[in-house]
Amino acid sequence: MKAPPFQYHRPQTREELSALLSSLENAKILAGGQSLMPMMNLRVLAPEHLIDINRISDLAGIRETADGIEIGAMTRQADVLSSDIVKARIPLLIRALEHVGHIQTRARGTIGGSCCHLDPSAEQPAMCAALDAELIVTGPEGRRIVPISEWFEGLLQSALGEQEFLEAIRIKPWAKGHGYGFAEYARRHGDFAVAGGAAMIKAGNDGRITRAALLSFGVEASPRRLSDAEVALIGQPIDKLDIEPVVTEARALDAMEDVHVTAGYRRHLAGVLIRRALHEACTTLERQP
Amino acid sequence: MSGRLFGAAITRVEDARLLTGTGHYVDDIELPGMLHAAFVRANFAHGRIRSIDKGDALAMPGVVAIYTMDDFADIAQGPMPAMAPHPLLKTPITYHPLSDAEVRHVGEAIAIVLADNRANAEDAAAAVMLDVEYLPAVSDVVLARVANSPTTHSQYASNIAATMKAGFGDCSKVFAKADHVLTEHFDIHRGGCHAMECRGVVANIDLLTDALTISTSSQSPYMVRRHLAAYLKRDENGIRVMTPDVGGGFGPKANVYAEEFAVALAAIKIRRPVKWIEDRQEHFVATTQQRGQIWSLDVAFDNDGRMRAISGHCIHDNGAYAPYGLILPATAIASFPGPYALEALDLTVDVVLTNLVPTSPVRGACRPNVAFLLERLADRIARHLGIDRQDVRQRSFVKADQMPYTTGMKARDGSPISYDSGDYVGALNLVLEKIGASDFETRRKEAKRRGKLRGLGIASCVEDTGLGPFEGASIRVTPAGRVIVATGASSQGQGHRTAFAQIAADALGVELDDVTVETADTAKFPLGISTIASRIAVTAGSSVQLAADKVRAKAITFASHQLEVDEQDLELEAGAVHVKGIPDMKIKLSEIAGALAGSTGVPLPGNMEPDLAATAYFNSNALTFAYGANACEVEIDPETGDIRVVRYVVVHDCGKLINPLIVDGQIRGGVVHGIGNALFERMIYDEQGQPLTTTYGDYLLPMASEMPPIEIHHMETPSPRNPIGVKGAGEGGTIPAAACVISAVEDALGPNGPFISAHPISPQQVVQWLEVAR
Repeated sequence: MKAPPFQYHRPQTREELSALLSSLENAKILAGGQSLMPMMNLRVLAPEHLIDINRISDLAGIRETADGIEIGAMTRQADVLSSDIVKARIPLLIRALEHVGHIQTRARGTIGGSCCHLDPSAEQPAMCAALDAELIVTGPEGRRIVPISEWFEGLLQSALGEQEFLEAIRIKPWAKGHGYGFAEYARRHGDFAVAGGAAMIKAGNDGRITRAALLSFGVEASPRRLSDAEVALIGQPIDKLDIEPVVTEARALDAMEDVHVTAGYRRHLAGVLIRRALHEACTTLERQP
Repeated sequence: MSGRLFGAAITRVEDARLLTGTGHYVDDIELPGMLHAAFVRANFAHGRIRSIDKGDALAMPGVVAIYTMDDFADIAQGPMPAMAPHPLLKTPITYHPLSDAEVRHVGEAIAIVLADNRANAEDAAAAVMLDVEYLPAVSDVVLARVANSPTTHSQYASNIAATMKAGFGDCSKVFAKADHVLTEHFDIHRGGCHAMECRGVVANIDLLTDALTISTSSQSPYMVRRHLAAYLKRDENGIRVMTPDVGGGFGPKANVYAEEFAVALAAIKIRRPVKWIEDRQEHFVATTQQRGQIWSLDVAFDNDGRMRAISGHCIHDNGAYAPYGLILPATAIASFPGPYALEALDLTVDVVLTNLVPTSPVRGACRPNVAFLLERLADRIARHLGIDRQDVRQRSFVKADQMPYTTGMKARDGSPISYDSGDYVGALNLVLEKIGASDFETRRKEAKRRGKLRGLGIASCVEDTGLGPFEGASIRVTPAGRVIVATGASSQGQGHRTAFAQIAADALGVELDDVTVETADTAKFPLGISTIASRIAVTAGSSVQLAADKVRAKAITFASHQLEVDEQDLELEAGAVHVKGIPDMKIKLSEIAGALAGSTGVPLPGNMEPDLAATAYFNSNALTFAYGANACEVEIDPETGDIRVVRYVVVHDCGKLINPLIVDGQIRGGVVHGIGNALFERMIYDEQGQPLTTTYGDYLLPMASEMPPIEIHHMETPSPRNPIGVKGAGEGGTIPAAACVISAVEDALGPNGPFISAHPISPQQVVQWLEVAR
C-alpha cells in the first residue's frame, strides 16, 4: 500500500497553482488528502503529478460578502464546524458536518476537497446542493461561477476542468429563523452514509410554507433535490403537512446497490430519512410573530 | 493462590512503553543492508501459471532481485510441513513458500521482489507479468461439496478434504423417546484477525556463522523455528526466532506462514537481511480467516424444556489450504455439548476446500459457532414450548453438584472429557439478576414509547482452556538481585509481562519492579508451543509458579547452610531469607545469587548446584473449563433497521484471577469481537472467488462509538487442575457474545418475528423481517 511514483509540487500562490495546472498532464490536486491519499495507496489512482495546495494560505477561510458567505476551498471541516458565521447563518451545514468522518479526519479534510471528489454519500456537496451554493472556480480563462445544479456530472465527476481549481464555495444563507433538518443513516459513526436527507423550510406569518428545499443523498450517484415535493410543500400549513408526496418522491429515486445493501433498502431509507429531516426542519423553524 | 500481587488489579507494566510509542515491533527493526520485500500475488482464485516474466520488473529502480520457487532449488523445495497433522488428512494440504504453479486463491504469493524500499518493491511487483491458464474457481462451500463441482486443487477428485465424526450415547433411542424433536438450519459467518499490527518478518543470515535469525509477528515462534528447520534441513540450533512486541494476534498469527518461509529463503539466497511487512490489503487476502459453517441440527427435548440429544451435520468452509490441519473443525466438534448435559450427541462435519483464503482459528475458534448453535436451540425450544428461555437452560445445564462432570466426549488422546468445576446455573441466575431481567418489560415499554424495539438476550458458554502439552519458564536471580523470568510463551499484547511478574514476585518475595520478563526468543528459552486456545495463564503461568517455587526452595537451602538454621525455620520475604521471628537475621536474595554465581576457589555451601535459577514445565494434561453467562439489551430502530446494543453484562468464571484488570480487558475486547461477528463483520466473495470487502470501508469492524458499556462480574471457582487454580480467559468474552446479541434482536422483533439462524445480521434484514412480521 505504497503509492505509485509521482512528482510532488507545492505551489505557494494561486498563480503558481494555475501555472502548474496549465503545464502538467495527469495532475491531481492534493487538498486534505482524506480520499486521495488512500486511493493512491490502494493504487486505484496513479496521477503523475501531485499538486499540494496546502501552502496557499488564502484558499482557506470563511468570510461574509455581499453575495453570500464564502468558504475557501481549503477550509478544514473542523474550522467550518467551529465557525461562528456558519453556526449563525448556515446551521444545516453544521448539522451535516457533525456526521463527516471523525475529529481526526475533519482536522485535515477540506470542504473543497469533498466538493471536488464527489462521493455520492458525501455530506458537504449534498448540503451545497440543498443550499443552492455557487462554486467559484479559477482557470486559464479566469474566474467563473458554477451553480451547484451544474456541478455534478456523474459518479465522482464534477464540472471542474482539468486546468481549473476550486477557489471557494459561496452560499446565500436563508433568512434567520428558517427551519432546517438533517438525517442520515450509517452503519457506524463517521462512515459514509447508506443514505441521507436534508430539508429547509421557511414559513410566513400565517404558518404556511413559503420556501422549501428537500434533498436526498447517498441514494443516486449524485445528491438529488426533490423538486416536485418542494413545490407541493409551498402553501402548506406546517402543523398539518402532507408529507406523503415527499416520501413518495424520495422512494422513487433511482437508487444504487452495492455488496451491502439493495436499491430497495436505499429507497426505503431515502423515504424514512427525508421524513425525519423535514420533521426536524419543522421543529427548528422559528415561527414569525 | 493469592498473595500480595497475585490477584491484584495493578496496571500493566507494558503500557507506559506501548502507549507512548516506544514499543518495538518487527517494522521497527532496521539492519544494515536490509532489503524490503513485496510479493507478487495472484489476482485470480484458481489457475496454473505457465510462465513468469520478470524482465521489465527487474530493470526497475531499486530492484535487487525477484525470486520464484524455482530460484530456491539449491536451498529447499516442496510443500511446507503440516503444522498439526491429522490422521484424516491423507496428504497434508499446505502451501509452498511461493506457488509451485497452481494458484488456489486470490492473494497467494507467487514471487518475492526485493528492493531498496517497499515502494520500489511494490512498483516492480506490479510489473511482473504472469501467463496464466485460468481454472474454474470454487467459492461457495455448499456448491463445492456437490459431487460434480470443479475442484479447488486440480489433482483432487473432490473438495471434501475430510469427514469428521463425533458423539456419544444412542441418539436414535433418545430421539425416539423424547417429547419433541425440531430441525433447524444455521449459517454462521465469522471474520478475520484484523490485529492492529499486520504480520511482518525480518530474516537475516549471519555471514560468519550462517545462523538464521527471524523476527516475526507471530503467536508461535517455536513452531516457526521447528518447521523452518525441518524444511531447510538445518538444525534448530542454527535458527533463532524472536517475536518482538506484537500488536495483536487473535488466532491467525498462530499459523506458520508461507511468507515467513519465503522471506527466510530470500535472505539465505541473497545473503542480506530482508524485511517484509504485510499491508492491510495483503492482510485481507493472505492472512487466514474464519468464514462460513452451514449446520443442520436436530434437537430432542422434553415438555419441560430439557434438552436431551442433538444430531446433525456441518459443512465447514476450509479455504484452499489446511496449514493448521483440521484444528478448526475439530474445535467445533470439541465445543459440544457446552453447558448442556446431553444424553446423546451425533455429529458429522464435512471439511470442504474452496478457492478462498484458508481458515484457521480466530479468537474462540469454532467455540462461538457452537455457542450460537446451542443457545439458539435453547431459545428455539423455549419459543416452541412457550416457556421462559432461562427455564430451558436451568433444566438442561450440567449442575454444580455434578462436577467434575464427564460429558461423553473424548479428548484427542481418547481420554474422556470432564468439566473440572463450575456453577453454570448460578452464573446464569447471577447475570439475569445483574441485568435486571425481572423488570425488563418496563424498559421494553419505555423504549416503545420512544419508537424503539427493545430486546433482552441471554447466552452461556463453557470453554476448554489450558490446552496441553506444556509451556515452560525459567527464573534466574542475578547477583544484583534482579529476577529474570524467561518463557517460550509469546505475547501479542495480553499483558504477560505483568501477569508473570505478579506470580514470580509473590513467590520470591520481591517487588514487581525487581522482575524482568522475557518472552518468546528461542535463544533465551529452549521450548515453547503457541499462544493459542486460552492456554498461557494455565501453562506458562503455572510454569512460572513452579520455577519460582524451586528458586525459593534453593534460596532457603542456601540460607539454611549459611545461617545454620533449619529450613523450616526460614522464610522468604521482602527480597531476603530470614529466620522466622528474627527479621534481622537474614540473607538477601542478591547475596545468595552472588554466592551461587561462585567465586574462584571457594566451594559452594553444602555442595549446592550453582546459580540461583530453575526451570520448570507445566504439563497441562487435563483441560480446565472456564464458563460464562452473558445478557444484553438491544434497541432496534424499526424504520432504519438499526440495531444498537445498549447494555451488556458478563458473568465469567476463569478460576483464580491473576490480575482482574487484565482479565476484564480480555473479556471486554472479546465481547466487542463477538458483537462485530453478530452485527458487522462479513467477508464477501463473488462466485469467482474475488474478495469484495478488502478495505475497512467495506469490511465493518466494530468501533467504540457503537459499543455499549460492558459490565463484568467474576465468579472465582479455582481449577483443581493446575498449581495456581486458573483457567484461561482470552476467548470467554467472545464465545457467547454473538449468540447473546442475536438472542436479544430476536426478542426485540417480537413473537411474530423470525427465528434468527445466521449471523452477521444487517439493518436491511431487520427491515425486511419487520415487513414480513407486520
